[in-house]
Amino acid sequence: MHLMYFTEQPMSAYSEQAGLDFGATALMFPNTQFDPVEGSRLYNNYIEQYMLAEEVGIDGIMLNEHHNAPFCMQAKANIFAGLLAGMTKKVKIVMLGNPLPLAENPIRLAEELAMIDMISKGRLVSGFVRGGGQEQLAAGVNPAFNRERFEEAHELIVRAWTQPGPFRFEGTHYQQRVVNPWAVPLQKPYPRVWIPGVISKETIIWAAQQRYPYIALNTSIEQTKKIWELYDKTAAEIGYASGPENRGYLIQVHISDNEEKAIENARQFRWMQGEFTGLAHPVWSTPSGYGSPSNRRAFVEFASGRAANPRGIASFEQQMADLRIIAGTPTTVVAKLKRILEETRPGILALWGNDGRVSQEDSLTCIRLMGQEVFPAIREIAKQLDLKSPFEANAPVHLNYSNDLKASRIAAAE
Amino acid sequence: MAAVQWTDSRVEVAGATLHLSRAGEGKPVLVLHHETGTLDRLPFYEALASRFDVLLPHHPGYSRSPRPDWMRSVRDVAVVYRGLLSELQVRDVALVGLGFGGWIAAEMASMAPADVSRLVLVGPMGIKPSQGDILDLAITGYIDYARAGFHDQKAFDRVYGAEPSTDQLEMWDICREMSFRIAWKPYMYSQTLPHLLAAVRAPALVVWGEDDRIVPSSAAKRYLEALPNARLQTIAGCGHCVDMEQPDTLAKLIIDFIGRE
Repeated sequence: MHLMYFTEQPMSAYSEQAGLDFGATALMFPNTQFDPVEGSRLYNNYIEQYMLAEEVGIDGIMLNEHHNAPFCMQAKANIFAGLLAGMTKKVKIVMLGNPLPLAENPIRLAEELAMIDMISKGRLVSGFVRGGGQEQLAAGVNPAFNRERFEEAHELIVRAWTQPGPFRFEGTHYQQRVVNPWAVPLQKPYPRVWIPGVISKETIIWAAQQRYPYIALNTSIEQTKKIWELYDKTAAEIGYASGPENRGYLIQVHISDNEEKAIENARQFRWMQGEFTGLAHPVWSTPSGYGSPSNRRAFVEFASGRAANPRGIASFEQQMADLRIIAGTPTTVVAKLKRILEETRPGILALWGNDGRVSQEDSLTCIRLMGQEVFPAIREIAKQLDLKSPFEANAPVHLNYSNDLKASRIAAAE
Repeated sequence: MAAVQWTDSRVEVAGATLHLSRAGEGKPVLVLHHETGTLDRLPFYEALASRFDVLLPHHPGYSRSPRPDWMRSVRDVAVVYRGLLSELQVRDVALVGLGFGGWIAAEMASMAPADVSRLVLVGPMGIKPSQGDILDLAITGYIDYARAGFHDQKAFDRVYGAEPSTDQLEMWDICREMSFRIAWKPYMYSQTLPHLLAAVRAPALVVWGEDDRIVPSSAAKRYLEALPNARLQTIAGCGHCVDMEQPDTLAKLIIDFIGRE
């Protein structure tokens, strides 16, 4: 089991009332509300949190990035990854992930990630994402080519990491005439790639086709099971048996030394009015061409106020009852997480510990209890359930490095 | 006035499949619709078809024409339409471009200046306005965007209904996706078109709704500067979609303009 700490790095020091008055807290919410003095304080708070996470024995720190919104103030995850590469000694630096379609030159990403891998002495996990719809608009990147750019940038980065340079890459969206980066990853064949996601079936299938672990982001137990069903089916078609080493799960969990305080702080998981990414016009979060064509009809109905959000927004109490938010003392939290582990069998688990306006003191308490009490207990449960991480299972980095594919499938592929 | 008879067909041309509606007799007039796609029949089309041989293709990837995945620019659309005219052996055509269709018409005129009898551009996109920006589809809701094309919201209701159908919303999303595919950056204009238009000698009529909230009217001045033989006609109390909001006024203007020898 690989156990991680995650925070969205909320930019909590903005006027909530200003957001409500404006009617949106994403994309177009004016950055006159962003106070860099508070920004400086918060960035340094997050560094302190990550350093404590390492100190208390947490396996990995999960990083991500978003743009134009207070719900996440990391505008470039590789900056924090670079910091952690130099400042920490043991934790895995788990990018979940770099939004590939936003890159105009994916080779720069390949270089940055290679640098992070070398500086950290091989502790990088390089997850990749499509980026949210709003990210495309914030970056001025065409949402209609999002998935094509994702797949092509991935291909280019993996080739830059594995194929001797110089070589030439002539793709549909990327053309690089001289690929020859003088920075290559320390880990061979290349750093592990994990793929986080929420709803897109296409992404689950793609991850399974690559044999990359898929990290389900705060999905319900039922949704998570459906994701693994699809992943396992795809894996079986390709010719390998997927298991816990292919499965990751991120869940909102706040831990405290008393139950009431834990629940009070856990309410902050809904500080963005119940939407992770803040209030936004639906066409900002799902611009045309970004979503799956099969969801088009349901989406336009939602976007025009004729139907509820297909993703659904449950109340805090309902989310607690459904185990999508867990809060309490270590004993309470471990018991609930045990049920999730039994039902969904992941080999990678990330706890999204603190959000919104939870104080730095309470955030640090949460991380300490996570590392010292919750994770040791989870490791024991994982052993009993035989939930191995990709590291423990020594899983291949990519399908191409598999040596256990069913022979008939290999023959068919050739 | 007798109702005009429309013929709908599918035409394969230059790597695209086009839905083409055609009606009427007389001088050939190619009508190019908005980025919101088009309804099959509209009073404006009927009025033109009562006087001219009207060709109304649905842009590739819009409304009834399937999406060619390869297409990357508005100039590609213009080339496809040049191919269409060639296939149909239609020469000396008058181009009537509505909004986004105006951009396509201007591109077509720049490609074959000698093969344009008249050019009518109604609130055309395609040139960067000197003041203000073209309204961004990507951050505007489907109905809000479509309504922004009208000064008089009752006119919108007459065309689409006060509550447009879900089929219509879905179609707007499909059209929007195609607009992103071919006009994303720079958004809804070309940096080279103003220079290329200098070769267009055909008489041009630039029409602008006085209350155009989609394309700032500062773009009109730039079109007049770019086109050697153009004049501007402003329509009072009208938004961007002059063809749907004041169909009779616009049809009369165009009939006078094209009909003149």
